[in-house]
Amino acid sequence: MATRVDTLEPMPEPERPPTRKLTPREWVRENLFGSTLDAILTVLFALLLAWVAYRVGKFVFFDARWEVVERNITNLMVGGYPRDELWRIWAALFVLAAALGFGAGAIGVQRRREIAEGRAYPVGKGGLRRLGPLLLLVVVLLWFAQSFEALVLVVAVSAVGALFNVLGRRTPQRLERYVPLLVLAGVLVAFFVVASFGGVGWNLWGGLLLTVFLAVAAILLSFPIGVLLALGRRSTFPAVRVVCVAYIELFRGVPLIAILFMAFFMIGFFLPEGVDPPSLVTRAIIGFVLFTSAYVAEIVRGGLQSVPAGQIEAAQALGLSPFRTTRRIVLPQALRAVIPALVGQFISLYKDTSLVFIIGLTELLAIAQNITKQPDFLAQGLYVETLVFVSFVYWTGSYWMSRESQRLERRLGLGER
Amino acid sequence: MTAATPTTTRRPAFWRNVRVLRVTFQAVFLVAVVGFLLFLLDNTVYNLKQRGFPTGLDSFDYLRQPAGFAIPDSDFRSSQSLLDALIVGVQNTIKVAVLGIVLATILGVLIGVARLSSNWLVRKAAALYVETFRNIPVLVIILFWYLGVMIRLPPIRDAVEVLDLLAISNRGTVVPWFDKVGAGVAFGLFALVAFAAAVVVWIWRTRRFDRTGEPHHRVIWSVGVLLLLLAVGFAVSGRPWTVTTPEVGELSTTGGFRLAPEYAALLVALSLYTASHIAEIVRGAILSVPRGQSEAADAVGLSGFQRLRHIVLPQAFRISIPPISNQYLNLTKNSSLGIAISYYEVTKVTQVSIAQSAPAVQAILLLMGIYLVLSLTIAFVTNLVHRRMTLKGRR
Repeated sequence: MATRVDTLEPMPEPERPPTRKLTPREWVRENLFGSTLDAILTVLFALLLAWVAYRVGKFVFFDARWEVVERNITNLMVGGYPRDELWRIWAALFVLAAALGFGAGAIGVQRRREIAEGRAYPVGKGGLRRLGPLLLLVVVLLWFAQSFEALVLVVAVSAVGALFNVLGRRTPQRLERYVPLLVLAGVLVAFFVVASFGGVGWNLWGGLLLTVFLAVAAILLSFPIGVLLALGRRSTFPAVRVVCVAYIELFRGVPLIAILFMAFFMIGFFLPEGVDPPSLVTRAIIGFVLFTSAYVAEIVRGGLQSVPAGQIEAAQALGLSPFRTTRRIVLPQALRAVIPALVGQFISLYKDTSLVFIIGLTELLAIAQNITKQPDFLAQGLYVETLVFVSFVYWTGSYWMSRESQRLERRLGLGER
Repeated sequence: MTAATPTTTRRPAFWRNVRVLRVTFQAVFLVAVVGFLLFLLDNTVYNLKQRGFPTGLDSFDYLRQPAGFAIPDSDFRSSQSLLDALIVGVQNTIKVAVLGIVLATILGVLIGVARLSSNWLVRKAAALYVETFRNIPVLVIILFWYLGVMIRLPPIRDAVEVLDLLAISNRGTVVPWFDKVGAGVAFGLFALVAFAAAVVVWIWRTRRFDRTGEPHHRVIWSVGVLLLLLAVGFAVSGRPWTVTTPEVGELSTTGGFRLAPEYAALLVALSLYTASHIAEIVRGAILSVPRGQSEAADAVGLSGFQRLRHIVLPQAFRISIPPISNQYLNLTKNSSLGIAISYYEVTKVTQVSIAQSAPAVQAILLLMGIYLVLSLTIAFVTNLVHRRMTLKGRR
């Protein structure tokens, strides 16, 4: 942790070790052919990588029959969602772009001010490069969609995002604290645009839409439960502690698929007579929330442990009640420290949504499997094409998020000693 | 503190007494939790009765019923009981988990070390591997290896044979295996003796090293003794085992040991996926070893390999035990995804038996119980290792 020392003289910059400028030739010699073993390894790995690149390139650009993906791109995106109502999803995308663009702009300007005032350090490169994997995904999706309409809409969505980004940079400083709330409100509005006002309930959602919805809904719902469980696990009440530990250890010791089975086969048994069991998507969300809240609890517990005991003692010395100590002193520090880990949990949740395919929900992976059984493509073994496409969609999303979370980690100065 | 205020013998009113409040709060909390659980239990019992499932002490009697389904690649027949089916399922889970843990560890450590290699190309190749496998759902990887690789291999009569040792086809991969031809008891005794001798040699070399400080080479010594005695025993007891290599026929292979395509796909996918996570842990652990340790190793003239083997890896290993044991748990739990490619591990057996009219509630509770036991066992073993490896007097 960097501490600022106020002195009259500015601290002298520490001298950096001298850096040598290497010519390409020297660089190659040092980094690739340092010793005999190095040279052998370089040649072996060059051959291996060339072979992998050749196989992948040959498949993607020549052998693969992408028709199965091209003709089903809408299915893969939204599944059985009624096609007449697709405008709602585009409208939701506009709302999301506005909210996220605004939030990014406001946070960006806040960061820049902090850096200018010396309260923070710049971390890596910023700007559009950070969106690299997502842009790649959008380009590939548009390529498969081959639709002029979609292209225009995507450009319009990006324009709205950019516009609100500019607006976000002009947020008055005293309103900055409400920006996260505004972004959350935007996400909720986007949800209601699709689901309410005569819209389409989530039981009809599918494809990537369902994948993202399951992940977001599960993390939002499990966050408060997880925080409560973590607090309960550190409670001074033995009874509360035992119950929380039992819950956490039970759901962490069991595979997710067993919990999804429980949610699917057993919830009907749990309900009293006359109560209709919830729909399949709702059951999946319940299963994910049961599972994820146990993991969130363990993450938050780590954050709680990282708050120095002196903070709590100071709060007690000031006469704060236990509730206010937790609410005003402990939780803000603890939650700030665990943001990267929570993003990590969200990434694995995003990937784990693929498991509902086993239960029979039509999320991205299920659609990818089902379209290979369409009459036109039946028994042609197009699994590889669809699986590669699905892997690409998952990969871009979770690679982008993991890069952002590493960035956040560096920014918060965590993991630095 | 009390000196300033007049001491009172009166106790505070009971509703302001912290101890009473604490006990009351906890009692209310427990009653609420237990009440909720009882509510669920009550509904469940009612609903089970409605559907004609037993709910009393005989709840788990369904396990004695004949299974009604066969498990491929095992001796299990459909006339055997559901309990036997579950046992086969647990065995299959353990088979994948144990071998998967070994493979993932080896691969993960290699890649983790490679990520910090001084060779630019090796470093980038390892990073590419990690970033690829870490960001794709393990289920997709499993399906890819099954649908995209294993069942696309040529049929048996065109099986790919590698040096007469491997026969690879869409019915599985056949590897050379031991075949029993004589009585193994004598050889078994020899093996026990050889093992005991190896342990004794290990202890002797260690003690000698402690006393004199000369290089112990205990691995070479004890493995050497073990192999030597085993070879002698093998010859003396009349060669009770032979190695058979696969023979490819028209419709099946004979000889050797066949890895079913489902098993091979699950094993490879889980190992590759978990290795990418272990590699990241190993990399982080190596980076957390203070750089001065490496520099000191260089300064006393250790080679790159010696530095890694004796200075860096032991220290890195110590910190990485808890996160790696987490990955072992994940791998074991992820083996339940064998269900997607019909590998009959315990989850698949449960699913099939529910489809065959076993009561869902009992079957799923049993499934969760089995996984809890497996998880706790792994956690217990890795905790033991962790405790032994932790430096004494440091916490």
